[in-house]
Amino acid sequence: MTATADSTVRAGAPAGRGADTAAGLSPYRLGLRRLLRNKPALAFGALFLLIVVLCLCAPLYAKYVAHTGPNDNHVTETVTVGGVKHDVVSPTGQPIGPTWQGQFLLGADQNGRDIAVRLLYGGRNSLEVGFIATLLTMVLATIVGIVAGFFRGVVDGVLARVLDLIWAYPVVLLGIALGTSLALGGITIGPLDLQGNSLLVPAFIIGIVYIPYVAKPIRGQVLGLREQEFVDAARVGGAGPMRIMWSEILPNLSSTIIVFVPLMIANAILLEAALSYLGAGVQPPNPSWGTMIADGIRLIPSAMHLTFVPGAMLVLAVLGVNVFGDGVRDALDPRAKVRLEEHAEEASR
Amino acid sequence: MTRFVVRRGISMVLVLFAISVLTFLIFQVIPNGDPAQRMAGRLSTPETVAAIRKTWGFDDPIWQQYLTTMKKIFTGEVISYTQQVNVLDQIKQDLPATLSLAIGAGIIWFVLGVLFGVLSALRAGHFTDRALTVLALVGVSTPVFLIGAVALYFLAFKVQLFPNGGYVPLTQDPVQWLSHMILPWLVLSVLFIGIYSRVLRSNLLDTMNEDYVRTARAKGISERRVLVRHVLRNSLIPIVSLWSLDFAAVIGGGAILTESVFNLHGVGQYAAESIQALDVPPVMVVVMLGAFAVVILSAITDVVFALLDPRIRLAG
Repeated sequence: MTATADSTVRAGAPAGRGADTAAGLSPYRLGLRRLLRNKPALAFGALFLLIVVLCLCAPLYAKYVAHTGPNDNHVTETVTVGGVKHDVVSPTGQPIGPTWQGQFLLGADQNGRDIAVRLLYGGRNSLEVGFIATLLTMVLATIVGIVAGFFRGVVDGVLARVLDLIWAYPVVLLGIALGTSLALGGITIGPLDLQGNSLLVPAFIIGIVYIPYVAKPIRGQVLGLREQEFVDAARVGGAGPMRIMWSEILPNLSSTIIVFVPLMIANAILLEAALSYLGAGVQPPNPSWGTMIADGIRLIPSAMHLTFVPGAMLVLAVLGVNVFGDGVRDALDPRAKVRLEEHAEEASR
Repeated sequence: MTRFVVRRGISMVLVLFAISVLTFLIFQVIPNGDPAQRMAGRLSTPETVAAIRKTWGFDDPIWQQYLTTMKKIFTGEVISYTQQVNVLDQIKQDLPATLSLAIGAGIIWFVLGVLFGVLSALRAGHFTDRALTVLALVGVSTPVFLIGAVALYFLAFKVQLFPNGGYVPLTQDPVQWLSHMILPWLVLSVLFIGIYSRVLRSNLLDTMNEDYVRTARAKGISERRVLVRHVLRNSLIPIVSLWSLDFAAVIGGGAILTESVFNLHGVGQYAAESIQALDVPPVMVVVMLGAFAVVILSAITDVVFALLDPRIRLAG
């Protein structure tokens, strides 16, 4: 199951441009070529990249454009829009809507905080959680999947049971279970001492929760790979189990791993939003898209921008990475068993 | 068959046991700090904390703590210290709302998912097919609480077509019950309809290429009968098993987001509100019972499937 179907043109691709038949190109070159031809996927990938870059620029925007921080309150202050002074938050508690200028570009929230600044900082937190969680899931799931599939027998039995156990919990429930207990107490993992309000806590939780979704397919693939001739050859050549797993099996999993990464980023961002919405993710006053939506949702009738601005940003980011991921999957492994729908469903109930 | 049921039953009991241990560890052992302090909530006095430590036996050896916790959960003695309410009673009170949501939405998403799946397989590449692809993509990329909030804003606040959240018991007023449930049902279903129709579509397209379908056609059976009896029947198996798992998860409090955005006062929302109050005991009980519900329902599904399909019995 290496990226075998190199020479098959992706179903539905125009037949005239048969560049895929070119001999002598590596599977990844061919995959890249197919991806570059998939314009919608590239466009959505660019959208996601744009959001990432914007969020990374959050401190610059806060300092030079909005002149305020993500957690600074301006409840009692006024802002001049078009020569007229407005309260940032009216005496009745109504926050100002979008001003379309440097200060309060997208309006303020009920604490008089600048939505645009919080949106970018919140995006930074959401993306950070998403990336760290994905990294954690991929590393742990790959190790577990390879070890279980390679050694089989008792090791596999134990690991598979543990994965089944994690799988038995509805994703959001397991997330909030860990979120609630860790937000209160924090956790110590070896030398790492995490406080309850650390960003790493939701990242850690999300990373753990998704391990079975990646480890199971990888294990299945390893079960097939370990029977292949090149593994026998390596064994005859004197390679030990570690060496075989590292330099024979792992490289053959790379396309599966690459296909999973965007999928997991999307799911991790969604789960972060869900957990934060419920109060078991990123802890206030730290902004994240999920906490911003949660803060705004009660005020929808009077100030819908509080919910819809972070909501739109969240959907655009996740949609971007999902469509791009779909494109990567089609390009690398047209017959991949990894299907977006089957894996993404749980996160957003 | 008896052997299959017994084996499945034993493995179910083992998983239930493992879940109870894991849940216990997650709440009482893994986090840093004093479990009694966490359980007492934010506004606790030293006396309450001391009392909790004593009744929950947090000074005992760990296996003893586990037994105490399980005994408390299953005899319904767990009390939320923040609200001074018996947790199991509260869950029983909230269960009808959760069941209403799960059953109604379950029917809707199954029927529409199958309908759209068949439509898009029959007309692969046409408009329905494309539209469903987009629906599935947007569905998996949008958190359900956002869809819910948008729906409430436009359909309950702007155009007052539906009530603005809340739950009315079926026994109290069936019409009101229905009008309160329609929006949550649809919102929860949107995502599943997208997913199910996509999965069914690819199953159908795969099955249509099977040899037995060609044989059926060759026998001269009408196209309609081939589709319903041979293609659809076999393609539905994975859909039904997917459905039973999702349905179980919704019953087990998995629809926590939908419940809280529509203020349905179901089991999931109870957990959600407890989290916001940092009230640990209800969250622990809901999480454990929720996972139990999933495991038990999936065991039942397996047995039903084995009854229907002998191949599963032999393989399992």
